[in-house]
Amino acid sequence: MLTVDGLSSAYGRIEVLHGISLDVPAGEIVALVGSNGAGKTTLLRTLSGVQPASAGRIVFQGEDIQALPPHARVMRGIAQSPEGRQVFGPLTVEDNLRLGAFRRWDDTVRGRLEAVYTMFPVLAERRRTPASSLSGGQQQMLAIGRALMAQPKLLLLDEPSLGLAPLLVDQILAAVVDLKQKGITVLLVEQNASAALAIADRGYVLEVGRIVHEGEGRALLQDPKVRAAYLGV
Amino acid sequence: MAGLVPAIHVLFGDEVEHVDARHKAGHDDVRVCGAGCKVMAEFLQLVFSGLTVGAVYALVALGFTLVYNASDVINFAQGDFVMIGGMGTVFLMAAGVALPFAVLIAVVAAVLVGLLLHRLAIEPARGASPVALIMITIGASIFIKGVAQIVFDKQFHSLPAFSGTDPIAIGGATILPQSFWVIGGMLALVFGLWLFLERTLIGKAVLATAANRLAARLVGINVTVVLALAFGLSAAIGAVGGVLVTPITLTRYDVGTLFALKGFAAAMVGGMGNPIGAVVGGLLIGLMEAFGAGYLSSTYKDAVAFVAILVVLLVMPQGLFGRRSVERV
Repeated sequence: MLTVDGLSSAYGRIEVLHGISLDVPAGEIVALVGSNGAGKTTLLRTLSGVQPASAGRIVFQGEDIQALPPHARVMRGIAQSPEGRQVFGPLTVEDNLRLGAFRRWDDTVRGRLEAVYTMFPVLAERRRTPASSLSGGQQQMLAIGRALMAQPKLLLLDEPSLGLAPLLVDQILAAVVDLKQKGITVLLVEQNASAALAIADRGYVLEVGRIVHEGEGRALLQDPKVRAAYLGV
Repeated sequence: MAGLVPAIHVLFGDEVEHVDARHKAGHDDVRVCGAGCKVMAEFLQLVFSGLTVGAVYALVALGFTLVYNASDVINFAQGDFVMIGGMGTVFLMAAGVALPFAVLIAVVAAVLVGLLLHRLAIEPARGASPVALIMITIGASIFIKGVAQIVFDKQFHSLPAFSGTDPIAIGGATILPQSFWVIGGMLALVFGLWLFLERTLIGKAVLATAANRLAARLVGINVTVVLALAFGLSAAIGAVGGVLVTPITLTRYDVGTLFALKGFAAAMVGGMGNPIGAVVGGLLIGLMEAFGAGYLSSTYKDAVAFVAILVVLLVMPQGLFGRRSVERV
């Protein structure tokens, strides 16, 4: 579904991604793990088009989307739940969700909204409250829900477990598995490598802007080098 | 610029004479009152004139707010939209266009100038620091004034009042019918803007862009379009304000500077970025100016706004309704 080939990206003159190549097959969960500063978030931002690429190609469903602006990528079916939630604080929960459908506005918005509320009932309870007053976990659900409102074919999830209590982490990751079963392809970025690789079909390990390991999710989880470097065992 | 002061004062003079004349003629509807009543009447008179000018400052401040929220840019050409609205209408009427059409064309022209300003001056500098962008708007403001000198002229101009010039007596003071147009027009624009922002998806997209630009881009909002929209809307709001107030304060190619500074003071007092703050700040600056001119000296009338900015910066930099950043991590 998504093929990234030799992708580089820089902030000013400092290059942070050095020729990343990876594959995200349709219907799978692909985990991208690595420590702080490895370039995971930069990679996702480059995929969404909010961070310019300096070299390489991004091919989505057979089309090179590298030159497309962010909104055109949303329209083709790529949605992102960004690192740090980035909800629209002063706006209500429901407005946040409706804005998720900004580029996919049709009669099915109501139904999609209900689907998100079914998935995260707490959001339904708080639909009229400003997003800034939600707890961290609720904001995370909102960020994921907002991305789902765009009816994505490919969902980019950046650190959905960051700063959440273990119980909430399980709940969020269970939701990710759920999405896969509904046919949504997921590219999951996580510092919490063991949790991410456990649910992933494929995994990539990113280290200072380069892919250093790749393989099946569970296989990576067993890999002694990966375990030593990222799982703290 | 200096024209704002005498224009208002000539008017006050007229009003006072008018009321005196009615006193002398023994009109029934003018109460003859004692010292306390006179004080009250004078106070009311200042409130009326303060609210009238304040309403225009509020509209300018609202324009600042819209653009600031969408981009962190303070558009100092904001006051020039007020001038384009007023001057455009004056010259179109002189060319024989009926008032409603003249207003419409002038406002559309101001919107076009606003969009061009965004397209030609702001958009090419995308990614520059807000300070650099603010410099650009100051340059644009000077440029607009230069062009206005050529397209229009350097004289003061006025418009006929929309519904007569007979002052309406309220509580011993008088208010011009045009003041109701100005204040009513301001309220209508504020309400319209509120409806747009709160009740339409595009309006929500503007609010979303103001709240979190990265997230706005990620959900597919084209922030360039939102910024252009903010420039166009703020131009329209400023131009309408200019049309409404011109019968009272007169207009000239360079009145924009003072409107921009007063509107900026209003936005700062209210808390930059807050629409309610902009309106309250505008009315406050207008009232303070009127009281300053009435009770102290009209010489320092224009200083009031700047003293207000200084006090706000020193005492409460976030303004009355400033953004409190309460975001959970």
